[in-house]
Amino acid sequence: MTVTAETGEGPRTRNGARHDESGTGRRVWHPGWVDVCAYDALLPERGAVALVSGVQVALFRMYDGHVHAISNRDPFSGAYVLSRGIVGTRGERPIVASPMHKQAFDLLSGECGDDPAVRVDVFDVRVRAGRVEVYIPRGELAGSGEISEPVTEPGANVGTAPGADVGTEPA
Amino acid sequence: MSDHDAHLDIHVDTHLADHRDDHVADPSAGTAGAGRRRRLVVVGHGMVGQRLVEAIRERDREGRWAVTVLGEEPRPAYDRVALTSYLTGTTADELSLVPDEHDGEGDDDCVVRTGDPVVAIDRSARCVTTASGVVVEYDALVLATGSAPFVPPIPGADLDGCFVYRTIDDLDAIRDRAATARTGAVVGGGLLGLEAANALRSLGLDTHVVEFAPRLMPAQVDAGGGEMLRRRIEQLGLTVHADTATERIEASGSDPHDPSGPGLRMVFSDGAAIEVGMVVFSAGIRARDELARACDLDVGERGGVVVDESCRTSDPHIWAIGECARVDGTIYGLVAPGYDMAEVVADQLLGGAAVFSGADTSTKLKLLGVDVASFGDAHATTPGSLEVVYADPVAGVYKKLVVTDDASTMLGGLLVGDASSFAALRTMVGEPLPDTPEQVLMVGPAPSGLDDAAQVCSCQNVSAGTIRSAIGDDGCCDVASVKACTKAGTVCGSCVPLIKTLLAQSGVETSKALCEHFDLSRAELFDVIRVTGQRTFTEIISSHGQGRGCDICKPAVASILASLGSGHILDGEQAALQDTNDHFLANLQRNGTYSVVPRVPGGELTPEKLIVIGEVARDFGLYMKITGGQRIDMFGARVEQLPAIWRRLVDAGFESGHAYGKALRTVKSCVGSTWCRYGVQDSTSLAIMLELRYRGLRSPHKIKAGVSGCARECAEARSKDFGIIASEQGWNLYVGGNGGFNPRHAQLFASNLDTDELVRLIDRFLMFYIRTADRLQRTSAWLEGLDDEHGDGLAYLHRVIVDDDLGICADLDAAVATHVASYTDEWAAVLEDEEKLSRFVSFVNAPDVPDPSIQFVTERDQIRPAGGTESGSLPEGVLGGVADGVPDGVAGGPGPVPVSGPTLEVVRR
Ligand SMILES: Cc1cc2nc3c(=O)[nH]c(=O)nc-3n(C[C@H](O)[C@H](O)[C@H](O)COP(=O)(O)OP(=O)(O)OC[C@H]3O[C@@H](n4cnc5c(N)ncnc54)[C@H](O)[C@@H]3O)c2cc1C
Ligand code: SF4
Ligand code: FES
Repeated sequence: MTVTAETGEGPRTRNGARHDESGTGRRVWHPGWVDVCAYDALLPERGAVALVSGVQVALFRMYDGHVHAISNRDPFSGAYVLSRGIVGTRGERPIVASPMHKQAFDLLSGECGDDPAVRVDVFDVRVRAGRVEVYIPRGELAGSGEISEPVTEPGANVGTAPGADVGTEPA
Repeated sequence: MSDHDAHLDIHVDTHLADHRDDHVADPSAGTAGAGRRRRLVVVGHGMVGQRLVEAIRERDREGRWAVTVLGEEPRPAYDRVALTSYLTGTTADELSLVPDEHDGEGDDDCVVRTGDPVVAIDRSARCVTTASGVVVEYDALVLATGSAPFVPPIPGADLDGCFVYRTIDDLDAIRDRAATARTGAVVGGGLLGLEAANALRSLGLDTHVVEFAPRLMPAQVDAGGGEMLRRRIEQLGLTVHADTATERIEASGSDPHDPSGPGLRMVFSDGAAIEVGMVVFSAGIRARDELARACDLDVGERGGVVVDESCRTSDPHIWAIGECARVDGTIYGLVAPGYDMAEVVADQLLGGAAVFSGADTSTKLKLLGVDVASFGDAHATTPGSLEVVYADPVAGVYKKLVVTDDASTMLGGLLVGDASSFAALRTMVGEPLPDTPEQVLMVGPAPSGLDDAAQVCSCQNVSAGTIRSAIGDDGCCDVASVKACTKAGTVCGSCVPLIKTLLAQSGVETSKALCEHFDLSRAELFDVIRVTGQRTFTEIISSHGQGRGCDICKPAVASILASLGSGHILDGEQAALQDTNDHFLANLQRNGTYSVVPRVPGGELTPEKLIVIGEVARDFGLYMKITGGQRIDMFGARVEQLPAIWRRLVDAGFESGHAYGKALRTVKSCVGSTWCRYGVQDSTSLAIMLELRYRGLRSPHKIKAGVSGCARECAEARSKDFGIIASEQGWNLYVGGNGGFNPRHAQLFASNLDTDELVRLIDRFLMFYIRTADRLQRTSAWLEGLDDEHGDGLAYLHRVIVDDDLGICADLDAAVATHVASYTDEWAAVLEDEEKLSRFVSFVNAPDVPDPSIQFVTERDQIRPAGGTESGSLPEGVLGGVADGVPDGVAGGPGPVPVSGPTLEVVRR
């Protein structure tokens, strides 16, 4: 298995979506399916992240072969890390646990199981001819554009996860 | 439910010279009209005095009594029963029985004066005078002066180097002396004498026990048990001289084993003599009745303030409780009867009519690996009583039950070598035997038969009924909450197994299920995986669990597989189980970057290697910080940089430091005897050897270790999961310490080991922990769990990994040997594996594009994450590599200077 071996010279995507710079410097996207990577580039039950024209989309290939796509931004810490969480199930629902402080996000709805007021964006995703495509909806994706709900109290979750190695080796 | 806040507002007033002329006037004088408050004066702030204060404070809701406590010791009451633990790590603060020592203004309800003993009682004026001249008037006076160790009138018993074993100050003095002595002797082979002897041993001394009686623990043990006990004690490395009277002690120029230190010669009545560096007297106690004698209160012929069943002395205004009191002709040298007396007096002072009706004198020896317990009429003094004895000299077990002549009622018993049934047996004293005596002796009683009145905890006088109602009515669901609610199990701990049984019988099931996917506990899952040989998550969850796992069970299974040596942690399906730290073999930081820590075994680092670390950090623009584990952490690496960073490190001879894993972290050390003028062993070499032995060993939680080259303990080894402190004779091993949120000192497990013995014990300790601990349970919490389950966790551990009671030692040894033989560096293996390397990309569709959300600013000449370390949140809107959302407080102003986005400028040589 090889991950897309594109030689990168600056941010680029292998997608067919067109974009133009609006006068404001904001990027405006035409809606459509964007080709992201080969299905085989995704490891079973692990996440990967794709840079889809400026948006960080976390992709998860499940045990049953399904692929889910959500925003890569962890709304609690603000770090772009959700793709690095552990995937699993809560009851019947597929989830990913944030690697930062372990809050679980439903991969179907984007809802945070530990705090229903918090949601992350969910993207439509499909596999065509062995390639993964993500649907980027119409509209302006300004800034992160990805967070749907206010971030909780700053720092509220810092260090609360038992045994979480927040720093490396507290003396 | 007891009110634990009741004693929170005790005011502690440490004696100061300028109190000299104080005259503590009627504390209620100011409360005019409210009815005169009565004045209670307590002499002695020991365990029993404190219990009285707590009882009054808890029940005297109207504030009828203003309490003044006058104590001789320089500190408020502490847990004397646990005194010995002061030498193995427990601090004076932890021993304190007064939870909150606030200075400042005291309240009128309770004043404690420490460090100022009472020197006289004036019964007619109803006042007491302290050494500093303070006079305190009383309406009720309670003597709780405890007892003093008995020092036999042997010539030389007052020489420098002779000690007693009663207070924290005594132990400080003993510890000081032990630092220069090599050998020590304890006079007295009773319960306390053996405890003191074990303490000297733990301080690294060759220890002798000198007992006048023909056997050890004569008060508890008969001849048969005494012999078994002697063998057990000698196995600990102590030398026993029974049937030996000490005639005199002489100063001899030097301790023969350490000519620089002062020494003593103990001469016995048969003319023999031993040379020692110090002597501790523990030959019994004498009630401190001197105040009572001086004011003509009745005292017993052999000492003790005589009191009636209501604990009142011959003066109706004066009571005596605890070890200074002689009630019904008996002086009790145990805390539980003293607590009962305190309750009795509290009740009377508040208008009740409680009386003291004798007490359980069951005792259990608190020595590592030596179980001795006696209860009831252990010496069969009841006329016509029968003794049923079981002895197994090979296993070192001796058990005896004393029953009535018709074998129908249990009277008492004695257990040596295996006291596991002690808690249950002693509740049956005076009860009909449920089975034949042999059966009860061999199998132990079934605690289901415990009726509600049976006393489960004799230290705190808590009945089975009280515990059952705490479980049923107050919702206590584990040992800790039963302890908090009823106080049962909080003194000697020997009743904890029984509390557990009661919990189990009440149908309280503490779920040990790992998570919704596995009903097994981690320990059970470990065994299943070990025994079945299953090595993939799919196999394991489909045969022993349900669903597809989660962030709890996946890393737990990953850790178990790694502990069992199942290849590289990123091989095959295992890769999907690892949390992000293990997946990228680095530590995730708050902004999504990682930190990198190469192993620096024992903290020993050559200049060349140090330069390599510096160059790597400089070339990749990383932030550098020295860790508490004596190595260097480099922060701010992006995922796709990790392989290049590690290429450089591995080429220079570094390997993974496992800072990211639940695994052995570091073995911290001091320079030891190689450089340090105080060092007695080569701590650095040992630390390096241990770190290399256990590197890569995955465990339920991180493991930290330390080695100090002498008792000065510069490596802080006692704050580690396992710590080693050098003694003149070898190594002392401490286990179960940690820093962090709830710091604990490691407890002494074995002393004066040679290196092979030491390594064997650590091997077994670690492997037993790895196999049986819960997920994310540090060794300290694991040992506490063993305490709860087996009464004394360390003693249990001793039985398992020293005596091999479970027969698993060979297996544990083999598991460590396999680990040592199969260790390979995780990072070197990744660098050689294209497939694994291919995972270290920023974006699946743009592998080399740096994550634009990662931004740094500089601070003190190094990078730090932008967005303010304070906010806990990165700025939004920094997606496209354009820092259009420069974080607040960063743009402009005197704050840190923003560094350009992801393409951080890198200085190259
Ligand atoms: C090492 C050791 C281990 C023990 N283990 C156990 C055990 O496992 N189980 C058990 O039940 N018991 C055990 N005991 C015994 C237990 O500690 C005592 O029974 C208990 O402390 C008695 O409490 P007390 O308050 O009567 O006396 P103490 O705790 O001795 O307190 C008396 C206090 O009064 C002070 N005092 C004396 N005279 C005056 C004065 N004139 N003015 C002011 N203050 C004065 C003393 O300095 C002392 O602080 C142990 C004792 C020791 C030393
Ligand atoms: S622990 Fe002892 S040997 Fe080690 S540095 Fe400190 S004083 Fe020296
Ligand atoms: S019997 Fe000692 S604490 Fe319960």
